[in-house]
Amino acid sequence: MEGDIAQMGQFIGAGLAAIGSGAAAIGVGHVAGNFLAGALRNPSAAGGQTATLFIGIAFAEALGIFAFLVALLLMFAV
Amino acid sequence: MADAPEGGGLVFKPMDQFKLADLFGSSDIGMLTLTNSTLWMAFSVLAIALFMVAGTRGRAMVPSRVQSMAEMTYGFVYNMVIDVSGKDAARYFPYIMTLFMFILFANFLALIPMSFSPTSQFAVTGVLAISVFVTVLVIGFAKNGLGFLSLFWITSAPAVVRPILAVIEFILFWMRPVSHAVRLGGAILAGHALLKVFAGFAQITLAAPLALLGVIAIYALEVLVAGIQAYVFTILTCVYLKDALHPHH
Repeated sequence: MEGDIAQMGQFIGAGLAAIGSGAAAIGVGHVAGNFLAGALRNPSAAGGQTATLFIGIAFAEALGIFAFLVALLLMFAV
Repeated sequence: MADAPEGGGLVFKPMDQFKLADLFGSSDIGMLTLTNSTLWMAFSVLAIALFMVAGTRGRAMVPSRVQSMAEMTYGFVYNMVIDVSGKDAARYFPYIMTLFMFILFANFLALIPMSFSPTSQFAVTGVLAISVFVTVLVIGFAKNGLGFLSLFWITSAPAVVRPILAVIEFILFWMRPVSHAVRLGGAILAGHALLKVFAGFAQITLAAPLALLGVIAIYALEVLVAGIQAYVFTILTCVYLKDALHPHH
């Protein structure tokens, strides 16, 4: 047996934190999908809303990146 | 079967590319050390200067390629500032243009093989985000006085939940520089680390062609991400600036 229980916890924690990336992917997909659904109903109004789309995606993505950051901290900073 | 390197397993060192190093080989890195990060930031500033000088030198009626690129970038950022923050934000356009160009060029130059990505350093993105945060605070209080605090008092919500919302909004306000910095830094860091991980799979002879395809695909994605992250950082700056100029919901 190499390593110790703390290292095991570190790796398991990093793996669990990676689930957050998947959750963020669901969020981003939701934003983009709903935008597309709305845009296809009223294409003339869609062009003016791309900024809102990107803001929405950015906010959804931020939390996924926090999860990634937790994984990074566990792997390299603990 | 597979040609694994000595020691049995595959060797992945995705984080080595983010190591700061003194340009002159000294090992202690202090506040004013010239590092590879400094070098690549200087390169991006130089590239922006070249791009804009070359773009504005001719001022032809029928623009050359460089000139129309420079004009399009200028117009793109200017329209973004006006659309998102309002007409009176045009005063702050130079600041936002500077941010956008710096991040965009730093992101793109970082995609050159063997280069260094300054925007993957949370110190760099953190300073950019804190400068935005301080700018918003200063402009907000200078323009509206204590009326800036009405940012936290959402009048469109029912009166009962307003105090709770005020607390949440207040915490969110202080989280802004963190998420602003980590979003840019994290996206670039993750992308570049992913590139190296895929490149690491080339250690298995059979998987090498697949690894090559993977690297190409991730690289294409990274080109997209480099542009989008610069855009997102700038547009969030515009959103925060709008809050400073018009804090009333």
